[in-house]
Amino acid sequence: MSTHTTQKESMTLQYIAALGVGLLFAIGLGVSGMTQPAKVIGFLDFFGGSWDPALAFVMGGGVLVYTIGYRLTVRRNTPVFAKKFQLPTRRDIDKRLVIGGLLFGAGWGLGGYCPGPALTSIASVSTDVFVFVTSMLSGMLLFSTVDKMLANKTSQGTVNKDKKDKKEKATSMSTATTNA
Amino acid sequence: MELDYIMIIDTTAWLLAAIGGILIGLASVALLLFNGRIAGISGITGGMLLRPQGDTLWRTLFFGGLILGGLVLTLVYPDAFPSAGEGPARSYGALVVAGLLVGFGTRMGSGCTSGHGICGLSRFSPRSLVATGSFMFAGAVIVGVVRAAFGGVI
Repeated sequence: MSTHTTQKESMTLQYIAALGVGLLFAIGLGVSGMTQPAKVIGFLDFFGGSWDPALAFVMGGGVLVYTIGYRLTVRRNTPVFAKKFQLPTRRDIDKRLVIGGLLFGAGWGLGGYCPGPALTSIASVSTDVFVFVTSMLSGMLLFSTVDKMLANKTSQGTVNKDKKDKKEKATSMSTATTNA
Repeated sequence: MELDYIMIIDTTAWLLAAIGGILIGLASVALLLFNGRIAGISGITGGMLLRPQGDTLWRTLFFGGLILGGLVLTLVYPDAFPSAGEGPARSYGALVVAGLLVGFGTRMGSGCTSGHGICGLSRFSPRSLVATGSFMFAGAVIVGVVRAAFGGVI
């Protein structure tokens, strides 16, 4: 009998890992204070006369663990359950990155929620959270629609429909591999 | 007069923040070690929503894990969430705008506080450093504007 896990078994293990990681991530967010929008706003209020630095320790703790854990992990040739590591490779700074970051930050400061804490807070059954999460998911879909429209516009008139479709596919694939 | 600059010192909150951050870091390392993936919440959620072909089940399970973790918190540590009236004063209109900005911006900028702020910074990614600077800056500006122009209520 072979001790190697089959393809099907390793996929199942990946699914279990994803569920467990999501659960631990949410517990971490809840313990840290990130699911308290008032604390988030107090942390971002650098110039208000009373600054609450607590949430800086969340990033500090997370970065400390990941800096070490990342380096130890990528020494392996492959992940435990998957065939390969899928890491972002882009290093260029473009307008999209900066404008996207600014828009996200504006929303974070306005609502007090970033994506993880918002999703974790769904279970707290609050209308505020439902309103925010619904809008956030809509914003994600909206970006992909706008992105596709812009890609279409750029290629219109210069390429025939076949080429246009190919280009779209290529664009969506390239964004797929670079998402952090 | 608001001449004094106060820094809120709450060591219990600092300790909880650090413990939470360590748990988030461990979860992110686990996703890399087991599945070879970066723990970016906006990327995982966006991929779940937008790419129906393949690769969506693990994203959906991660998403389910987040919800389940939230449920566990409501049972064992309900203080994780604001009780009624404890949250910041935000109208539904402001929350709608905030949500749209967060959703749109994280997809446009390829990441959020987790993917860029934790994983990316730890990997010394220049893109993540720029993204983190951008969202921290914009967040601080908006919080300042809301306080100065609207008295913190919007």
